[in-house]
Amino acid sequence: MHGFANPARFLRMARWLMPLMLVPGLLLAFGALAWGLFMVPPDRLMGQTVRILFIHVPSAWLGMAGWSTIAIASLVELVWRHPLAGIAARAAAVPGAAFTAICLATGSIWARPTWGTWWVWDGRLTSFLILLFLYFGYIALAGAAQRDAAAGEGASRVTAIFGLVGAVNIPIINRSVVWWNSLHQPPSITAGKSSIDATFLIPLLIAAIGFTLIFGGVVLARMRMLLADIQTEARLRRKALG
Amino acid sequence: MNTTTIKPKHQRLVLIVLALVALIGAGLLAAYALSKQAAYFYLPSELAAKPPEAGRAVRLGGMVEKGSIRTQADGVTINFIVKDDKARVPVRFSGITPDLFVEGSGVVAEGRMEGTTFVADNLLAKHDEKYVPREMKNMSTAEAKAVIAETK
Repeated sequence: MHGFANPARFLRMARWLMPLMLVPGLLLAFGALAWGLFMVPPDRLMGQTVRILFIHVPSAWLGMAGWSTIAIASLVELVWRHPLAGIAARAAAVPGAAFTAICLATGSIWARPTWGTWWVWDGRLTSFLILLFLYFGYIALAGAAQRDAAAGEGASRVTAIFGLVGAVNIPIINRSVVWWNSLHQPPSITAGKSSIDATFLIPLLIAAIGFTLIFGGVVLARMRMLLADIQTEARLRRKALG
Repeated sequence: MNTTTIKPKHQRLVLIVLALVALIGAGLLAAYALSKQAAYFYLPSELAAKPPEAGRAVRLGGMVEKGSIRTQADGVTINFIVKDDKARVPVRFSGITPDLFVEGSGVVAEGRMEGTTFVADNLLAKHDEKYVPREMKNMSTAEAKAVIAETK
């Protein structure tokens, strides 16, 4: 694993891996969204509004996968002191927050015609809103830690601990519809079984793969950006010191 | 030399795993303690077993019994029965129902108990986790598969 600890080697790999994820990701995501928007038949109860499924579900998955990335990278940073792990965690925060916000917005738009309300404070919706606030907190903390980089590793470690602690919310989001009576329906896809008909499931899976590739590409792009920031700052500091 | 470089790493790993176990334990305890308070609605059987005091605002969620929706003479008031596998609660509601409010489907009613009837101020439709195209809803799985095979 420490083979990738060398930022120069990582940057060489990221340079060709990033377009390799972004281009097929965009093609798959937009293809699946067009499929969902124009070719899929209406749902038996929801009718046309079922088409929002193809953006809502992949966003929900990536909102949660984003924090899982932060938590795993934070663990690697804290235990193995891997130099790129903290950067990977910070890079995943903004796209994760963006997908969480997309999930909440599309869910709200979907809830109005189907449930008859924009928002309810049930377990699933509330825990997902908390996830968005956790992202905001993490982004603010990581920004503050970066500015305090001169003060030592302590601030970065606080960010990593926050990333790990916040992961407690992920299983709560996942189980919220099972533990508590909620307006949101229980999970449609559970270990190897799906109550989504194949006509909806296939474009949904393609959309999920496409969105995930976009997420990976954006994380790599942001890691390159953060590394470039760190290099510039180090260079400026060296110059200032003469 | 090797032991001195590996040891602090393992120490950190053990420390963090212990902290995570404690944290997850605390999270599960909190979720367990919340199990009743965090519920968005009462099931009919819960309402029947422990009725809330009359006039207190509560939510009731369950299935709309098939064939139970009756529209009253004024045209806007409906009576129906919300049930789960153990209990049935009669509900009265005046107003516009959401599109997905149909017999045999889920509903969450906001309102209060008046005697044995639940008087709802607001209805929310709760749909199940199934997504099925309209044309295939009445077909058996085998028929639906045949249709999909044809259209491919």
